Amino acid sequence: MSSPLLVGVHRPGSSVLHRLPAGVKLVGLAAFSVAVVLVRGLPPAAVGLGVAVALAVLARLPLGVLWRASRALLVAAVVVAGLQWWVDGPERAAETLLDLVALALAALAVSATTPVNAILDALVRAIAPLRHVGVDPGRVALAFGLAVGALPGTLALAVETRDAARARGLRTPRAYLTPFVIRVVARAHETGDALHARGIGDD
Amino acid sequence: MPIVLDGAGVTVEAPDGPRVLLEPTTLELGEHRIGVIGPNGSGKSTLARLLNGLVLPTAGRVVVDGFDVARQGREVRRRVGFCFTDPAAQLVMPTCVEDVELSLRRTEKDARRRRERALEVLDRHGLADHADVTVHALSGGQKQLLALAGVLAVEPSVLVADEPTTLLDLANTRRIGDLLLGLPQQLVLVTHDLDLARRCDRVLVVADAGVRFDGPAADAVAFYVSSVVGVA
Repeated sequence: MSSPLLVGVHRPGSSVLHRLPAGVKLVGLAAFSVAVVLVRGLPPAAVGLGVAVALAVLARLPLGVLWRASRALLVAAVVVAGLQWWVDGPERAAETLLDLVALALAALAVSATTPVNAILDALVRAIAPLRHVGVDPGRVALAFGLAVGALPGTLALAVETRDAARARGLRTPRAYLTPFVIRVVARAHETGDALHARGIGDD
Repeated sequence: MPIVLDGAGVTVEAPDGPRVLLEPTTLELGEHRIGVIGPNGSGKSTLARLLNGLVLPTAGRVVVDGFDVARQGREVRRRVGFCFTDPAAQLVMPTCVEDVELSLRRTEKDARRRRERALEVLDRHGLADHADVTVHALSGGQKQLLALAGVLAVEPSVLVADEPTTLLDLANTRRIGDLLLGLPQQLVLVTHDLDLARRCDRVLVVADAGVRFDGPAADAVAFYVSSVVGVA
């Protein structure tokens, strides 16, 4: 279970971005994302990308990390841009590509400089006023914690089942997808049992 | 007599008809350390899960400290802690201290006090240095230790452990085993480790969905071993 997948993209450090409170970064990221999506045109998109690159540099993100974390998204962005070229022409396509890369870079800069816990804490503080309308912030945080924890856990299961299928020389997707899905559901049941056994949800 | 099984059995509906996981069983579990041994798929886990309401009896009833497991589950789970085989499924929060805090939420409402108590619990189990470490970075032994710490933090009067050492190496098996058997709480220990079983005050041998032997540890282990040798 010590796969590098489990470590996530957070990298401890002492840059300006590292020292900013998580809440400020989350609100800033939300505002930046909305602006990038709403403001149309190629020049603003280029400015957005410039800002995102500046953030990544500020976060001292190593190129290797940047590349590993964003290559899947780059493929998707290029495909989407290709479709846009065909439908709306080259200018919209370029804008979409720049927008998507800018959003991904900014999100990466925030994730890399903020521990998951700090994000959860900021979230709990933000929804604390909702306590008055019957929302339990602790339970929302638990749900987010479970979701965050489920990602590396599920990836680890995927790697394990794929290796198991390979070890038996099985190459069809069915040979690993079927056990993988079953194990993910089983893991969910186990986690549910564990929460239940610890009395979480009893009150 | 904290734990009473009164004709408690579990049957599930399978596509090819009803399947008995545990035939109606009547027991009184009052000893300090009770071992449960037997083959895979024999019903040991079902028996263990009955004790805190993770599985509800389809016949008869289970009573802990006078509380019916089916109808007063919340009171029962306050008294009965449960430790699973795979700690990875049990640890749900990102860091060690937060996972212990999750257990303490019910009893300690003040966040600062809760953190202090969680750190005390980690310290007691030699995990203080790992308080802010992600639970995924721990070794298998440390994970099980942390899972136990989380369960024991709320001071249950009974601890049910379902094969807690099956995934562990020899040193960690001894460490977790010593911790479990040294607890002041009543312990129900499901295990394949016959050395651990021998250290219990009373041992049940479960096979084919029923309790086949119930008595002193040495006799129970001898009965189990001979039942396997008889087959081979």
